[in-house]
Amino acid sequence: MAQDAKNGSTDAVVAASGAGHADDGLSAGTAVIPADAIPNPGHPPHRKRVTDTNPKKEKRAERTVFTLFFLSIIGSIGAIAAYIAFPIENGNHEMVRMSTLFVGLGMALALFGIGVAAIHWGKALMNDKEGIDERHPVRGDDATREEAAEIFHLANEESGFGRRTLIRNSLIGALVAFPLPGVVLLRSLAPHDQDPVALLKETMWDKGVRLTRDPSGTPIKASDVTIGSVFHVIPEGLNELEHDKLNAKAKAIVLLMRLKPEDLIEDENRKGWSYDGIVAYSKVCTHVGCPVALYEQQTHHLLCPCHQSQFDVTRHCEVIFGPAKRPLPQLPITVNDEGYLVAQSDFTEPVGPSFWERLS
Amino acid sequence: MSTANATATTESTAPQQGGVRFTSAAANYIDDRTKVSAAVKEFGRKIFPDHWSFLLGEVALYSFVVILLSGTFLTLFFQASMAEVHYNGSYVPLKGMEMSVAMASTLDISFDIRGGLLMRQVHHWAALLFVASIGLHMLRIFFTGAFRKPRELNWVIGFVLFILAMAEGFTGYSLPDDLLSGNGLRIIDGIVKGIPLVGTWLSFLVFGGEFPGTDIVGRLYAMHIMLLPALVLVFIALHLVFVVVHKHTQFPGAGRTNNNVVGFPVLPVYAAKAGGFFFIVFGVIVTIASLFTINPVWNYGPYDPSPVSAGTQPDWYIGFADGALRLVPPHWETEWFGGTWSWNILAPLIVIGIFIVLVMVYPFIEAWITGDKREHHLLDRPRNAPTRTAIGAAGVTFYAAMWAGASSDLVATHFQMSMEGVIHALQFALIVGPFIAYFITKRICLGLQKKDRSIALHGYESGRIVRMQGGEYIEVHKPVSDYERWELVSFEEYKPLVLRPNDEGKITFGNRLRTVFSRWFFQDRVAPVTQGEIEAEGHNHH
Repeated sequence: MAQDAKNGSTDAVVAASGAGHADDGLSAGTAVIPADAIPNPGHPPHRKRVTDTNPKKEKRAERTVFTLFFLSIIGSIGAIAAYIAFPIENGNHEMVRMSTLFVGLGMALALFGIGVAAIHWGKALMNDKEGIDERHPVRGDDATREEAAEIFHLANEESGFGRRTLIRNSLIGALVAFPLPGVVLLRSLAPHDQDPVALLKETMWDKGVRLTRDPSGTPIKASDVTIGSVFHVIPEGLNELEHDKLNAKAKAIVLLMRLKPEDLIEDENRKGWSYDGIVAYSKVCTHVGCPVALYEQQTHHLLCPCHQSQFDVTRHCEVIFGPAKRPLPQLPITVNDEGYLVAQSDFTEPVGPSFWERLS
Repeated sequence: MSTANATATTESTAPQQGGVRFTSAAANYIDDRTKVSAAVKEFGRKIFPDHWSFLLGEVALYSFVVILLSGTFLTLFFQASMAEVHYNGSYVPLKGMEMSVAMASTLDISFDIRGGLLMRQVHHWAALLFVASIGLHMLRIFFTGAFRKPRELNWVIGFVLFILAMAEGFTGYSLPDDLLSGNGLRIIDGIVKGIPLVGTWLSFLVFGGEFPGTDIVGRLYAMHIMLLPALVLVFIALHLVFVVVHKHTQFPGAGRTNNNVVGFPVLPVYAAKAGGFFFIVFGVIVTIASLFTINPVWNYGPYDPSPVSAGTQPDWYIGFADGALRLVPPHWETEWFGGTWSWNILAPLIVIGIFIVLVMVYPFIEAWITGDKREHHLLDRPRNAPTRTAIGAAGVTFYAAMWAGASSDLVATHFQMSMEGVIHALQFALIVGPFIAYFITKRICLGLQKKDRSIALHGYESGRIVRMQGGEYIEVHKPVSDYERWELVSFEEYKPLVLRPNDEGKITFGNRLRTVFSRWFFQDRVAPVTQGEIEAEGHNHH
């Protein structure tokens, strides 16, 4: 900002001479210091309140104040009474409601009583004559600044801070470096025995894993899936996981829909991924990962409720609106000999939001 | 600070009554050991000016106290663990369901601990009020120019507080581990993963592995109750120390100058009013909390990656960031240099980042443009700084477009519009809206200034029409009093900078740039009425 300071002082000369202003010596910048400004008329005369002139009103204000303080006491007692009066018995929500309501209102009365009374006291009864403080520039006065400068000078002399530059520079270096280990320690927050990229590229789905209902886990027969219906799907065995069930679920959730086969516009190389108009797509939005749970039956559009990305199921879930970039990954499915829907393999690409190493 | 009124606290030595004798004995005892009389002498009669808008900062401070109190209650009962349990509390619809200990203890606080639900709601409502009042307080500071020298640093400190408040809000919001908060974390995970090069690793670091893992609630809890509140307290303390050092700003008015403070002394009036106001803020929060349910996590259920509800929204203060994510057009993602660049995430982050930095450094930008090195303790009426006010309006519009984006789906369903139409309208509002707001606001300000000028010169329109002898009709204007006029004319006028070579005869790029900005700021302006004009007007007007 040194450059600017210089600019500032030059145009003080250009635009305003600054003569006669209180902050002498400081640039007024491009502010215009008018020669014939209207003078400040000074403080307006003090106007008395009704409580100053009318003893009856004063008495009344006094009564109001102490009544409010008494009301506050009543509120506090009321809150305690409500706490006792509305015990919470198992499953009785009415009591929770009453307890919250009346303990709260009692406390509110206690607080308002004090607040309103104190302010009313201040406004109606305490002296209301305005006071005036003088301001002084925030900077320390010259004598103080000189003393401070002298202290720094002495400290510099006595320590050799300015002279022994190598010591000084090494101190600065050490001070910059010393917090770094603390930051590095936070590395322990990340698991060291996992490969994020590999984990993000695989899910529980595999060849022959049955598609089951979310959350019950019952398997789905192709014949259960009527045209226009939609199923929320998890892989069989997910519910039985001991560890990190939610981690597995966050990646593996799938939406299953049956369209009229003629409505589906399928790629040549994905022809075998659906079964008789039944298609399965990852439910995790490719934008930032919310579940894409809203299916519009008529248009075959999937909508993510978080940021409104829309996917067209008839065209391999390509993005037709919203901030997402990539279509939802498709899960190749087929039917096993018992008529249950099963996966042909895992997803062929990572599901969920984009990440740096998605391709490499 | 050095002008304490010596009239305060002179203790009388005359015979005293019982109560007074005890008070003065106690005061003596304490002063003998703490030298507190020095502080009382210094600050006891310190003057604070009055204006309703000065209360906004106080609301923020007081709601933070309420947050601390209610939060302490909650920490006594909340357990920040993601271990899975079968819920066995008294809320029947969720009985037997698998959920984290965090969620279960939140339900216990709500249904099995007397006063627990009230405290949860007090905490949440107070948090909302905290962020809201900080925002309004910042707008007040901005539009009145209170950030000018010597208060630029305090603007930055206050700004940091705003960011900290949002961080506190978000970490707290995520703690119950309910469906909504889990989805919020999912979005954070997606955003972190979108950061180039380190995003994947960073996401694993934050979540301790794959999303959602079992660590995140405990980590957020540590932030929420230790580090962030400590920082908030430190910055509030700094903020208030500066308020004392600078003394409060005041609006221009008769008798008020840049070198004085007109108002009420701390003891007794200001203490009574401010102290009372704390109880009123507290009372308002408790009233709302006892009457209106907020964040009913039992309706959402525990977090599960699969379900989600339509109309999913963050708490309002994080809405601008979520909305920005929605306003990106499709397909903004590229694969460059073997990595995935998620512009649909980076673009909003960059835009918000630039916006935030601009807001934070605005005092320095304006100081550079005006070149004014003097201290400013008198506030600007917003109309008297038309360009600044217009910039503020543009910023508010920009923010509001992003903010409304977070509710685009609800706007669409409630007003029966197409969801795509709402997004497109908001995209338009984001880009073009600020310019429209800028021009309209600036015109309004200039118009109001002209109106002020005419009132200062000719007085108010009285509404009384008089027919003159010659048949001419005139409306009688009532002159304003000197006191009223002063409020209309006491503002500063800045002229655009004239481009001149510096001492070395060169025109620097910086100076050129400054000239451009200065012209932009001060080209259109209305000068305050001068004494000469008043007198000339007097002659014209019999």
